[in-house]
Amino acid sequence: MIARRSTPDSGTCGSLRISTFCLFLLLGVAAQLSAQEGAVDTTTRSNPQIPPAPVTSLIAEDFNYDDGENIMLTWVPSIDDQPAIGGVTGYQVFQIRNDGVPEKLADLLPGANSFRAQDLQIDSTYRFYVVALADGVSSESIRTAPIRTEREWIDWNLWNLMLITLIIGGAIIVFIETAKRGKKLFVRKIAGLEAVDEAIGRATEMGRPILYIPGIQDMDDVQTLAALTILGRVAEHVATYDIKIRMPVSRSLVMTAARETIKASYQAAGRPDAYSEDMVSYVTDEQFGYVAAVSGIMVREKPATVFLLGAFMAESLILAETGNSVGAIQIAGTARPAQLPFFVAACDFTLIGEELFAASAYLSGEPRALGSLKGQDVGKAIAMVAVVLGMAAVTLYSLTEGGAFKSVADWLHTMFTIASD
Amino acid sequence: MSVPTWERIVGNIGVIIVLLLIGGGLVWLFVRALRGKEVDRRVVFAFILISVAAPLLLTITFEMKPTHIVQELYDKIDNLPAGSRILLSFDFDPPMAPEVQPMADVVSRHVLTRGHKAVFMTLWATGQAQFNITLEDVIRRQFPNAVYGEHYVDLGYKAGNEGVLNVIRTDFKKMFPTDVNTVPWDSLPILEGIRSCSDFDLIISLGGGKPGVKEWVLFVGDPTGVPVAGGVAAVVAPMLYPYFPSQMCGLLGGIKGAAEYENYFRDNHPDHTDMETPAMIMMGPQTVAHVVILAFIVIGNVLFFVNRRKEVKR
Amino acid sequence: MRREIPLGITIFVGFLAIVSFFSPPLEALGEDFTLFFDIIAVFAFFLGGGNLVRIHANKLIKKKPDWIYSIVALLGFFVMLAAGLFKIGNPGDISTSVTAPGSLFAMLYYNLNLPLGSTMYALLAFYVASASYRAFRAKNREATVLLLAAFVILLGSTPFGTVLTSWIPDSFDFLEIPNLAVWIMSSPNLAGQRAILIGIGLGVVSMSLRLILGIERTYLGEDRG
Repeated sequence: MIARRSTPDSGTCGSLRISTFCLFLLLGVAAQLSAQEGAVDTTTRSNPQIPPAPVTSLIAEDFNYDDGENIMLTWVPSIDDQPAIGGVTGYQVFQIRNDGVPEKLADLLPGANSFRAQDLQIDSTYRFYVVALADGVSSESIRTAPIRTEREWIDWNLWNLMLITLIIGGAIIVFIETAKRGKKLFVRKIAGLEAVDEAIGRATEMGRPILYIPGIQDMDDVQTLAALTILGRVAEHVATYDIKIRMPVSRSLVMTAARETIKASYQAAGRPDAYSEDMVSYVTDEQFGYVAAVSGIMVREKPATVFLLGAFMAESLILAETGNSVGAIQIAGTARPAQLPFFVAACDFTLIGEELFAASAYLSGEPRALGSLKGQDVGKAIAMVAVVLGMAAVTLYSLTEGGAFKSVADWLHTMFTIASD
Repeated sequence: MSVPTWERIVGNIGVIIVLLLIGGGLVWLFVRALRGKEVDRRVVFAFILISVAAPLLLTITFEMKPTHIVQELYDKIDNLPAGSRILLSFDFDPPMAPEVQPMADVVSRHVLTRGHKAVFMTLWATGQAQFNITLEDVIRRQFPNAVYGEHYVDLGYKAGNEGVLNVIRTDFKKMFPTDVNTVPWDSLPILEGIRSCSDFDLIISLGGGKPGVKEWVLFVGDPTGVPVAGGVAAVVAPMLYPYFPSQMCGLLGGIKGAAEYENYFRDNHPDHTDMETPAMIMMGPQTVAHVVILAFIVIGNVLFFVNRRKEVKR
Repeated sequence: MRREIPLGITIFVGFLAIVSFFSPPLEALGEDFTLFFDIIAVFAFFLGGGNLVRIHANKLIKKKPDWIYSIVALLGFFVMLAAGLFKIGNPGDISTSVTAPGSLFAMLYYNLNLPLGSTMYALLAFYVASASYRAFRAKNREATVLLLAAFVILLGSTPFGTVLTSWIPDSFDFLEIPNLAVWIMSSPNLAGQRAILIGIGLGVVSMSLRLILGIERTYLGEDRG
């Protein structure tokens, strides 16, 4: 249940975030910004009836790389804004749109020196002013020059991520094209996938069913999609050898997709008549309710082979140990690092992380799919070079305090950190 | 500081009973293993059942010495001058509560004992209910003189995850214009002078999910320089160790971390000797079960070598 | 056309999701598509629920083996559905939360569902023991390293670890078992986990591109043959 919360991002960009973020952590480069304290003026406001000094240097700037709805205001607080004398009780920010009526945007605490005006009209002109408040009196700042909100189509703050995406994505596409032209690409053997035939053969010999568990996440998790693509290959063998396949699922959409996948595999194997919708059944979305049902199926039906492929959480060990107890040969795979040790301990073969995603390409042997696997290696090379370079730079800087090493470390930090506004 | 001694452990009558029950059985299994006989999984299950149930029924506790990473958090709270402002964020839910609630309780107890100003909040909708448990069991029961709004305050839950952190980093009141009971910010004396997270002397996030300790470090601790500490479930702790000590000033990992803190706090506060120590109680089953698992690993290896020798002979 | 339309949707939404991350004006559109999935998934409940009822009703009518359990499954399904749908026993009117204290739904959830879930979760204690017993054997050099690391971590999680090495002087306290356990978890273990995470990140990119480019379409029930 705890693991439910620590969900790794599963989109393309999410994964890049993870990679870059991890890389950044591994380099051990931490941002340390020190809070700046404003200098304290010791003058006091003698007469409370006199309005406080207004804020000065009020500047309005269009917010960089946004949808055109934000303007950033900065100012120097009133010289009467000192905690010791309480000369200013707060600020109010006003906007005037297209020379219309002033409209209050916000009340701010004393000490405030900036404000981000949000939800503005795109391509509209605004002027702003700030009012410094004291006990019953106030003073307005001068108004800013008219400023127009501008929409930017590309967020250049993310240039580094864009570059990495283009390099890795580009490399994958280049290798896919290379493979398409017939160039032979070497892909190392993956023991867990080599064992798929053996596992299916065992079920045939024993005359017992195959149990296929695609994890407990929905179709929006890329691990579930990987599990279904492997299912397509497995189901073809199942249809050919006329073995019984059982697939209890915990999501309705997965049930529908899995049925389509198995049906197509049976058609491909020339056995459409042998396909039945009951091969895939929905149990429950509830995590441990699903585990109870699957464990029950394992104990009652004693499958010869169990596939545990997809996104698993705390239930991984319960399922794997129950499968082990009924003597099934088990092939597991997940991209959740926390669950991998359990699968390694309790299953015969485990697809570790990326192997799960490589599986369908590997099993199909389709050149374009294999090409995409080679493209990943470019990303790995970048990661390795950056890790080694980063470690060397940080270590040498700590030993020598050399500025050049710090520059390298800082550059890597910038390169692998997502800028936030 | 009390160091655990064998005398204390052996002196515990509960331990003797458990040792007799489990130890004898394990020796028997060990002898069988020397003859090359496998242990059935149901026997393993039975031993785990006894090793978890017996310490719970007999309430066996062990003396704990705080590890460095726990001690640092304790010292941080202890060394801050009385009246320091500490922000405690309850970022967890009921499934995490068995591990995290004891931490939340003992850390809150320590903060109030030292006379600090405690500001409670949560980034998880479920965190408010968990704070209510601390409020009832610790604050109201053991600190009857603590005045709401002066010594402690509950700002409640605010949706927005990391977005909330991004805002309160520079403007707390903007996100929390009132406390959980809709009392305006300015009417609460404890909040006087607090404008942003930078005005706190220490931030403690309890809960290992997302948003949690890591987000507090990344979005608040690093940019503002305010010390951040945390208390998390055991499975999450390894991912946070690298932040210590430069970006985090202490971390309680799982029941063990909580038990070490409880033990150390109790030993150093004679007026709290009768306090509840749920983590220390839970450490009983955890300790015995771990030792039993270790024994089974030894038995498994003995079996492995005995059987291999037999095969070589053949 | 049966395959082309879903494939077209995949390509369009996939590319939009990537582009929207870098383009502020498209960001909201990307979020909308994520919401669409949730809406579709909710409607799919009828498929799942219907399938559950059909399978168990079938089992019950035909008196297949273990049909008695189907009664429990169907009863649980319909009682919980009714309790939530009609807000049976809710203290206020129909507008009160389905989990309001006193409602039948809350009662069943807290007194049945939650303890049953916790029980299943608690089984992990037993399975961790049996898996450790089987897996941690010094079969080769790597397995021996794993075994030693497991020993230190397990001992480090107990007071015995502290007792065994409490004689070590403070200047060498990094050799104490609990501190060694923390070091193993935070250095070698975490380094390995991060390497796996980087691999996973790249694997997801590659898999996503195969899906978006239509190279991988088994999940759509692609006809092969």
